[in-house]
Amino acid sequence: MGLFASRRTVFVDSDILVIGGGFSGCGATYESRYWGRDLKVVVVEKANIERSGAVAQGLYAINCYMGMQWDENQPEDHVRYARNDLMGLVREDLGYDIARHVDSSVHMFEEWGLPIMKDEETGRYQREGKWQIMIHGESYKPIIAEAARKAATEVYNRIMVTHLLMDKTRPNRVSGAVGFSVRNGNFYVFRAKAVIVAAGGASHIFKPHSVGEGMGRTWYAPWSSASAYALPIQVGAKMTQMENRIVLTRFKDGYGPVGAYFLHLKTYTENAYGNDYEATWYDSIKEMVGDYVDHQPVPTCLRNHAFLEEVKAGRGPIRMVTKEAFRNPHKEQVGWENFLGMTIGQAVVWASQNIDPKEINPELVMSEPYVMGSHATCSGAWASGPEDYAPSDYQWGYNRMMTVEGLFGAGDTIGGTAHKFSSGSFTEGRIAGKAAVRYVKDLGGDQPRVDETEYENLKTTVYQPMENYEVGRNEIVAGTVSPSYLLPIQGLQRLEKIMDEYVGGTSTNYLTNEPMLTRGMELLDMLKEDLPHLGAEDLHQLQRVWELQHRVWASESVTRHTMFREETRWPGYYYRADHPNLDDTDWHCFTLSRYNPGTGEWAMEKAPVHHIID
Amino acid sequence: MPTFVYMTRCDGCGECVDICPSDIMHIDKTYRRAYNLEPNFCWECYSCVKACPQHAIDVRGYADFAPLGHSVRVLREEEKRIISWKLKFRDGREKNFVSPIRTTPWGSIKPPSDYEAPGPDALKAQELSHEPGSLHIDALPALSPQ
Repeated sequence: MGLFASRRTVFVDSDILVIGGGFSGCGATYESRYWGRDLKVVVVEKANIERSGAVAQGLYAINCYMGMQWDENQPEDHVRYARNDLMGLVREDLGYDIARHVDSSVHMFEEWGLPIMKDEETGRYQREGKWQIMIHGESYKPIIAEAARKAATEVYNRIMVTHLLMDKTRPNRVSGAVGFSVRNGNFYVFRAKAVIVAAGGASHIFKPHSVGEGMGRTWYAPWSSASAYALPIQVGAKMTQMENRIVLTRFKDGYGPVGAYFLHLKTYTENAYGNDYEATWYDSIKEMVGDYVDHQPVPTCLRNHAFLEEVKAGRGPIRMVTKEAFRNPHKEQVGWENFLGMTIGQAVVWASQNIDPKEINPELVMSEPYVMGSHATCSGAWASGPEDYAPSDYQWGYNRMMTVEGLFGAGDTIGGTAHKFSSGSFTEGRIAGKAAVRYVKDLGGDQPRVDETEYENLKTTVYQPMENYEVGRNEIVAGTVSPSYLLPIQGLQRLEKIMDEYVGGTSTNYLTNEPMLTRGMELLDMLKEDLPHLGAEDLHQLQRVWELQHRVWASESVTRHTMFREETRWPGYYYRADHPNLDDTDWHCFTLSRYNPGTGEWAMEKAPVHHIID
Repeated sequence: MPTFVYMTRCDGCGECVDICPSDIMHIDKTYRRAYNLEPNFCWECYSCVKACPQHAIDVRGYADFAPLGHSVRVLREEEKRIISWKLKFRDGREKNFVSPIRTTPWGSIKPPSDYEAPGPDALKAQELSHEPGSLHIDALPALSPQ
């Protein structure tokens, strides 16, 4: 028995366990309660749901709203848009499902008190672009959290979930999860009939541009630690499109968003010499991806590609031309409030560098890659589609159930459904919540049981880093260098370096190939061997250890998927230099992976892309 | 760095510790006041700055790229349901912005269980809570199975 084996174990029983209290988790909680009046619905969150998840800081726009009440868009239109942006590969059944429900979520937000801007002439929501509406969203998350708190039976804040638990009586069925309290160190065993993974995607698996203090100013939140993927992967759920990482063109250093600038303020980009550059690269892009370059709007990755090539040609920095638009006081106000509402750090950068966009056209930059499932990208778990129309091979159970029985997901967790954003993630949570209620009611007396040996073993594993530190710390005088343990920040920096240099990060201009991926995998394997030697000084560092563990699981999946897809599908996101062109003959398909928890082996396969919308 | 706490203003209440999404605001054991123990995991999300009753927390932009001399201050008045920002540039220029944050009283959201319970058939249908009414169209759109 280790030094920390005496930590108290707390058991929490529920019908539905929601892991992660961000937008998709709050949606799942609300809907679970609406349909399951008599069910026990428990939310577990590593931070505080009042300000957790990707929207903790607020948002200035809702990027997924159809406007069906005014006949602005139909769900089919959104599927076409997302499909086009992702170079043809999305789960159209899942995307349509979100699009047909999403307006009702937005109408609920407005009723709850979210200030949505209105067009003074029409009285409709103020459009920023075809899909975006503008909001005063500083309290977007606290408002949604209030609804979730009122729906949940219990909310457990400051508990980091580390592993899922499997059913003792039946293989491939989930029975709960374990984690620890970051505040008092208690071990938590959550026993549940259904589990909804609504955790976050992955920042910090690729080395960020800023590696000092500024490493925290990643585009996606530093607390998005890939639990969305690590939890399902470890129990053998199939994952899809994990190679489809995203790179963002954003304002330099603060990663302030450009959407409102392009769409509402009508600003545009130019190279360092004041010239448009996208047309320069048209022919070479056409050579790589064929007709996809002619699609409108031009896919996000291809616009990145033109940016990158222009900078490589020596005509950077690329700038956003703001001086004209910012002469209009309304536009100036929108430009600043846009940052203050969702990326305050960009306002800090501009104030510190005396950048007033009225006088200076600010620089843009292409970010390091991120892995997530709700923006212009769609990594995540392979999920069952809606019962009323999903193709038969996309349907094996309840809507949004993964390939593990009783295990549901939403938001960043579910793959193939790009352009969900906040409203779509909340909506997908609602879809998963309702499906989970049906699943629980259908279970009847056939309830899953947790395995005592399994959670006791996990308890030892979870606290081992504290023991490693306690023992190893006595070997050295002081400082951070130990022959016996690695600190989580040290492991994280090694991970980021491997992914950056071998799997398509910024230092290679997002380029990789089979030999680089093979070497990257060898180094990842050695990192994995070192992970049992991580050391945690306290509970906060123990959280960092488990965040790192989750990031490594996601990174391995990303690397294996990138190796499997022998083409360059999304130039501007990443390049397989040994297969530099898009290849619709062999690769107009989804990539699927499954980690076998019994053998430790990974299996890759292709799955067809069904185009159910013309 | 990026957030930091003024010694003379902090009373150690722990609101920032409770709210920080990154778990980096902790109470210093010697001074019994809050501090940012891991600035390189700070997103500058300002959750702690907004939550601090003493206005003891401020932000100094990331040293990697933010020259000194700037400030971005915020006052979030929950009861008035507004947020006010004051930006000060390194060269002294100022900008001020005020925005609404909510249109309804805090705590006013009706719990889902206060609505009439749906029947068992509705659970099998595709409509989510409050639909189709909340869609503001007649019926939930659907595709035909192929």
